[in-house]
This record gives sequence, structure tokens and C-alpha cells, in this order.
Amino acid sequence: MPKALVDLLTVVLNGVTLAALYFVVASGFTLIFGLMRTTNMAHGSLYMLGAYVGVSAYDATGNWLAALVIGFAALAVVGGAIHLGLLSRMAGQDLRQALVTIGLSIIIGDLLLAKYGGLTYQIAPPAFAAGSVAIPFVVNGTYSAYRLFMIGAAVAVYGSLWLVLNRTRIGWYIRAGIDDRDMLSALGVNVSRVFLFVFALGAGLAGLSGVIGATALSISPSEDGRYLLSSLVVVIVGGMGSLEGAVIGALIIGLSEQIGLFYAPTYSIFITFVIMAAVLAIRPQGLLGRPA
Amino acid sequence: MFGARTGRGLVGLMFVASIAAAACGGSAAGDKIIKIGGLATLEGPFAVPGQDGFRGIEQALSTMGKKLDNGNWQFDGFQVQLLKEGSDATPAVALEKAKKLIEQNNVDILIGPLSGDEGLAIKDYAKTVPDKTFVNGSSAAQDTTFRAPAPNFFRFSTDGAQWMAGLGKYAFDKKGYKNVALVAEDYSFPYTQVGGFMYEFCAAGGHVVQKNWVPLGTKDYSSVVSNLPTSGIDAIYVALGGSDAVNFFTQYNQAGGKAKFIGGSITVDQSVLATKGAFQDILAGTIAAGPTADTATDKAWLDYVAEYHKEFKDGLPFPGLFALSYYNETVGVIKGLQAVKGDLSGKQASFMAALAKVEFDGPTGHVKLDANRQAISSNYVTEVQKAADGSLQNNVITKADNVDQTLGLGASSPYLAQPVSRDFPACP
Repeated sequence: MPKALVDLLTVVLNGVTLAALYFVVASGFTLIFGLMRTTNMAHGSLYMLGAYVGVSAYDATGNWLAALVIGFAALAVVGGAIHLGLLSRMAGQDLRQALVTIGLSIIIGDLLLAKYGGLTYQIAPPAFAAGSVAIPFVVNGTYSAYRLFMIGAAVAVYGSLWLVLNRTRIGWYIRAGIDDRDMLSALGVNVSRVFLFVFALGAGLAGLSGVIGATALSISPSEDGRYLLSSLVVVIVGGMGSLEGAVIGALIIGLSEQIGLFYAPTYSIFITFVIMAAVLAIRPQGLLGRPA
Repeated sequence: MFGARTGRGLVGLMFVASIAAAACGGSAAGDKIIKIGGLATLEGPFAVPGQDGFRGIEQALSTMGKKLDNGNWQFDGFQVQLLKEGSDATPAVALEKAKKLIEQNNVDILIGPLSGDEGLAIKDYAKTVPDKTFVNGSSAAQDTTFRAPAPNFFRFSTDGAQWMAGLGKYAFDKKGYKNVALVAEDYSFPYTQVGGFMYEFCAAGGHVVQKNWVPLGTKDYSSVVSNLPTSGIDAIYVALGGSDAVNFFTQYNQAGGKAKFIGGSITVDQSVLATKGAFQDILAGTIAAGPTADTATDKAWLDYVAEYHKEFKDGLPFPGLFALSYYNETVGVIKGLQAVKGDLSGKQASFMAALAKVEFDGPTGHVKLDANRQAISSNYVTEVQKAADGSLQNNVITKADNVDQTLGLGASSPYLAQPVSRDFPACP
């Protein structure tokens, strides 16, 4: 196979695996911001907190899956507390929610800096996804097993969320509650409990993605802003509240970043934002978003 | 309305208090007070280094003088008052803070700033205030002193290219690396570091066959790794820092890469070596260079580290290159002031003349200035080695003394014909 083609396939695979990470991070954000329209500027901090919780859990247990479960559960609890204590009191007030969550992200960031310091941490990949696997069409003939595993993780997250939203009673409540909260309430459904569930699930997914990300790359202070930004771009490009949109958004961002980094490294960040600007100019509601 | 009035009252009160403090300070000894402005970053990613820079200034003042109850330092015939300002590592803010110190606080001497682009901005500003003395902090861009220098700007620390002294030769002669690819962040500091490495490496006969300039803040290096040659290179020069370096090494390892590494001055520091991960297996044997080495055993260095720990209970495990740079700058200033007995009259002309002649033995070696008022000093080449307990540490391999800004090539060398950039120097 010619080298140019091998290069391209490798870079595409790099982009798809990075997109898998971006999708898992943004999936929680899609629920909270896209569906519930709660402006949660602390999403990146929840990712970071989940990653550090995962680091500590991995140190204590030595088990990657345990770290993943603990990261998810701990952040679901934290998310539930944030929703009950702060955000549910200001439902529908975007600016107040934005300010409160920005404040929250500063507090979380500083607390983590105090506890973990400025060092970089990594979680070792689980045994079933350690090392590399042979793939004939990539550079060197081998590819990181963990990065391939991330695609599986993203598919699993997508499948579970799709089932919850489309095939379960609570999914019906969520979609109904977003469209007409008062009517759902009048039908006897405890809407605030439904929203609490969604927020906890979204935050839990942020925690889960933190563990996955800290394994694939690493975790260090100030990564919160980076993942908040990537999630915002994914959800806005894909379309608010659309799970399929988030998949497409993540693919566009992941691929453009990696292709840019390979063929035109100087402009790779620039390319991502040009795409975002172009999408918003042509379809302000995002690729698969419903017109407001 | 109420808030505004309270605010104004508070400002007034602070004004009165500061006059009172100044008056008390003046009457304490009767000596003239020399105001030194300290400028370092106290916000953003360089906040921790900035703090360490200020420690360097204070350690030098406390070691050479006597700290008084009014917060000043007493020297023979004069007192030094230190006024600190923090920037955020951007040239605009550094300039604004420098102007504040010079124009509003009326400092006589400015020590700072911390980072390269800031330094270039301050040098240009210095040209507009010829009767004040500017002394660098730790900023390490080459052209702060090498091209179009300011006559009143002094740098007792070495630049980012000097920090590479000895590395290119060691890589070529001792390690036998002939062909090298490089991965570095795309801004002025890595350009300077890469330049310093290539001056020696290219001159020795080595080839840098591929340059990968990645945007600052890249976290996923998988496609950069894919782009690296799989054969025909002996080593990869990596100028990334902190978590970026960890990510790169991890992904290179996962991709099954086999080349050895050469590091910039911040690539394989303790923050990277202390991170647990499979990438550690491939780091042993990585060579790097810089103006400080934690494990140096010179007596002057050990004394300096002991003083640092005595003075600052909350200090870092080792004073880094930021603390050392600010320390050396301050030592230079005090030696200059002592030479003129604190006399800054005549638009500081005699002080500046004395300052240009200052020489001293610093913690890492002898420091003196060249014709552009740029330090000629020492540099270390280090190698990552596995300690007995399995952890990685940087051990000193060689130390070069009297390293000048051209790394011994001379100012007319073709390697110095242009400022360092993405494409220059080149030896493909």
C-alpha cells in the first residue's frame, strides 16, 4: 500500500479514536446543556474531578474497571448535589447558571490543585486494552489497543443513552419534560426528580469520561477549560440536544484536529474553529439541531 | 453610590498609610533608599515559576544585605526597597506593569520579566527610558540582547539557546546520534531552544531531518507520532513540557516507537519524571541540558539550595531556573550598586558603567557580561538514569563554563546570521 494512503488511514483512525473521547465527554454535556438547557460551564471541571477521582481510585484498588465505576458514581453524586443545591433554584435563568457554574469550576479547579498539585497523572490501561494490536494498514503496522477500545466505549455510551431516551419510560418523561414541563407535571410525573436524574447522569458521564481520558492521555491542572470548549463545540456543531448530532460533531472535531495536525500543524486549531464558524453560518441551529 | 464612596475612602487611607510608611522608612537609617521594581508572572500557567522568581530576588537581597523591620534591606551606605508587580506572561501586561513601576512608583531599577516575549517588549520600552536601569528576570529570548540591544538593559542570566550548550556536541560525539527529528511547540521559546541545540549539532555534522512544530496546547500527539520517520533517525529532539511531554512519550511508546530522546530544558524535569506510567520505560538515557541541575554537587550550588530552603519554608523541592535567574540578576544589581556606593546620580551613567563590569561566582558558576550586557556563564548537560529504587532522575554528565551567546561559534557564524525561527537554522 502506498505510504500516503497508509498515512491517511492512520490519521483518520487517530481522528476517529479522538472523536470517541470527545463524544464520551460531550455526551453528558448533551444531556445537561443540549436537552435540559441548563448552562453548565462546570462540565470541564466535572471531567477533571472524575479523572482525579479515577486516579485515586486506581491507586487504591489497582483495578481499572473499579476506577471507572467509582469515577462515574462519585460524579453522579456530585452532579446531583450541584443540581439540588444550586442549579434547580435558578431553572431557566441562563446567565445566573453560567456565572454560578463558572464560579464552581474555579473552586473545583483550585481544590484539585491544592490536593493533587501541578503534577501530571496517568491511569494505566486495563489488561484487556494494554499494548498495541496489529493492524496492517496503519503506520508501523500496530495501533494502540486502548485507543481502539475507546471507540467501543463511545459506541456503548451512545447505545445506552439512545435506549434510555427512546425505549424507557424515564426517557419519555425526559423528552416530554423538556418540551412541556407543566403539562408533564400535571400528568402526575415528578418532573424535578426526572431532571435530577438527568443531571446526575450527565455529571456521571463526565466523571466516566475523565477516567477514560486520563488513561488515553493524562490529567493535569487546567484541562477543564479544554474539555469544556471541546464539548461546547461538539454540541453546538452537532445541534443542541441531538445525540446523533453529538456523534457527528465529535467526528468532525476529532478528524479535523488530527488531519490538521498531520498535514498543516500550524493551522490545526484554526481549522477546527473555521469549521465551527462555517457550520453556524449555514445552519445556526447546528447540523442536526431543531430550529429554535 | 455607597460602594464608590467607601472605595474612595479606602484609597485615601491607603495613600496616607503609604506616605507614613515611606516617611518612617526614610528616617530609619538616614541612608538613601534605592527602589527596585520586581516583575514576574503571578497569574496563569507561569504563576508558580513567577513566585519562585521573586524568591530568587529576596534570597539575593537577604544573603547580601540585612533585612530591616521596615521591609527594606540595609547595605553599606544605602537601603533597597523592593516593589513587586505580577504579570500574566503576556507582553502587553508586562509592559503595563513595568510602566507602572517606572512611571508611577518611580523605581530606579527594574528586575524582570519572566518570559521571552515579555522580555522583548521590556527591552524596547527600556530604549524609551534611558535614565533607568533594566535588568532581566528569567526571560530567555535570544534577541533581548543579541540583536538591537538596549544600552540600559542588562541580563545576568543565560538565554534559551545558551541553555542547550554542550547538548548538540554530546549527542553527536558521545551518543553517536547523526540524524534527528524534532517535535516542539510552535512559539519563540522552543525556536530558541531548538536553535541552541542545532548550532552545535549541525556544526558537528549532524542532520535534523524533520521538524514538527505543534500548536501550543496540543494534547493528542497521535498524528504527530504517525508523522515521525520510523527508520533513518537515531533520536527525537522533544521540546514539550509537563503533561504535553507525558502525553507525547506515552503515545510514542504505545505506537511502538524505538528512537531515543533528546530533551529541551523543561522536557524531562522532575514533574515529568515523577509521573507514573509505562512511558517511563523509554525515558532512561534521555539527554537534556539547562542552566540548573538538581543533582549538581558543587559547593556553591549546595549552599545556595540550603539557603533557599532556610529562607522559604514553602519553597519548591529545588530552586529551578527561574529562581536562579532572578537570583543572579539581583546579585549583579547589588554588586553594581556596591561598586558606586548606591550613587545613581548623573542619569545612572556611572552605575550602568559599573554594572556592565560586574563579575561574580554564582551558585552554578562564574557570571560575567559581554559587550551586549548579556551573561556569559555555565550550563549543564544531564542524562535521565534509573536510580537504585527504580525511579528516574537527571544526573549531571558535563558542565560547560563560560558559555557565550553564540555557544562559541562567534557572532559572524552563518548559524547566527538570522534570528531563530521555524526554518532557521537548518541542516536537513
